[in-house]
Amino acid sequence: MATATAEKPPAAADAVPSFTVTLIIRRFDPEVDEEPRWQDYDVELYGTDRVLDALHKIKWEQDGSLTFRRSCAHGICGSDAMRINGRNRLACKTLIKDLDISKPIYVEAIKGLPLEKDLVVDMEPFFESFREVQPFLQANSTPGTGKERVQSVADRARFDDTTKCILCAACTSSCPVFWTDGQYFGPAAIVNAHRFIFDSRDDQAKVRLDILNDKEGVWRCRTTFNCSEACPRGIQVTQAIAEVKSAIMRGKP
Amino acid sequence: MWLSTEASTIMGGLFVSVQTAGTPPKASKKKPRPAGTLYRGHEGMWSWVFHRITGVAIFFFLLVHVLDTALVRVSPEAYDAVIGTYQTPIMGIGEVGLVAAIVFHAFNGLRIILVDFWSKGTRYQKLMFWIVIALWVLTMLAFVPRHLTNVFSH
Ligand code: HEM
Ligand code: SF4
Ligand code: FES
Repeated sequence: MATATAEKPPAAADAVPSFTVTLIIRRFDPEVDEEPRWQDYDVELYGTDRVLDALHKIKWEQDGSLTFRRSCAHGICGSDAMRINGRNRLACKTLIKDLDISKPIYVEAIKGLPLEKDLVVDMEPFFESFREVQPFLQANSTPGTGKERVQSVADRARFDDTTKCILCAACTSSCPVFWTDGQYFGPAAIVNAHRFIFDSRDDQAKVRLDILNDKEGVWRCRTTFNCSEACPRGIQVTQAIAEVKSAIMRGKP
Repeated sequence: MWLSTEASTIMGGLFVSVQTAGTPPKASKKKPRPAGTLYRGHEGMWSWVFHRITGVAIFFFLLVHVLDTALVRVSPEAYDAVIGTYQTPIMGIGEVGLVAAIVFHAFNGLRIILVDFWSKGTRYQKLMFWIVIALWVLTMLAFVPRHLTNVFSH
């Protein structure tokens, strides 16, 4: 081994090992298919590649009809949440080396939102719920002469976790309650309500608590923790929902 | 309901494989189910699945139990006849299942209450799930041998 490497040109010796990985993707073309179908692809990949790179390789080199969403490719835009080996993940944050490549990798669209094509779902119901919780600052006061609303470090920390949301829908579409009841606001809307309910500069917490104190609001949550485990930003989603539940019971944040 | 759709996709998968078994060309390329894969949740999801199954099972047991007890007001003889069938070993084993369901539901119900009302509940939910399982195993170990000796020695 040692002699072999010594004699080989440096380029070959430094070669990064690559693997043939099988991806089984749940395809659906609304113009042709009655029902989704599974299709497999063999792709040559490095351990440092991500599932998104595998999808790109398939689309660019094997089958241009494969349809999926992505934009930033760096876990910021929230476009590419999908179900990878049965769990919701961002394709751009899932490294091949973290998956068991001795078996095929199953990739399918997130569940509970209308399937449009291949890995693309209609996100409109999801954003509809997001808009309903009034996810913007509503302050009754006008900022002082300094033009800023001053907030203490502790007050800012109170809702820090829920500011990190990128609206990828991994949480909402991992929720068994949401799968059967599409009317449920879902974890992401509650996370984004939490972000303003517990913001000391905002004055409309009461309104949002009223919106979520609904048949289809926080009380639908059955604490399965799928959302917390799915969130690519590591947000403690179930904890945030629990905090909103107790704020409703107290009648104030 | 979610459970029934998941169950039916599993059933559907079984059915399809049975169907294709007799036709070699189709059977040779074994495809995954056309429906999506089962979501692979962790402790929290499974505890909820078991909680709902046991909750519904207990509900149906209580429904039947209220009806058979109410029978005593209609006809004591009919009541005795129905209650008599409960003394059989099959019912004795059924009672093991019932107690298993109630014990899990009760312990996990306490876990859910802690998740909801204890500020650190969400952080320790997994640990609490395994404590529930441990308590369930201990209770069943204490109950099942005694119960079955009762059932089979009378
Ligand atoms: C032994 C004492 C019991 C305790 C401590 C208990 C506790 C609970 C709790 C805390 C929940 C809420 C679950 C959640 O938020 O997800 C629940 C749900 C439920 N319980 Fe019980 N329960 C008990 C007995 C019963 C009995 C006797 C029945 C049957 C009549 C029953 C049927 C149900 C059902 C059907 C649900 C709904 C499950 C769901 O929504 O997922 N429970 N139980
Ligand atoms: S809470 Fe997490 S999983 Fe849910 S939409 Fe926001 S970033 Fe995605
Ligand atoms: S492509 Fe932007 S989050 Fe993955």
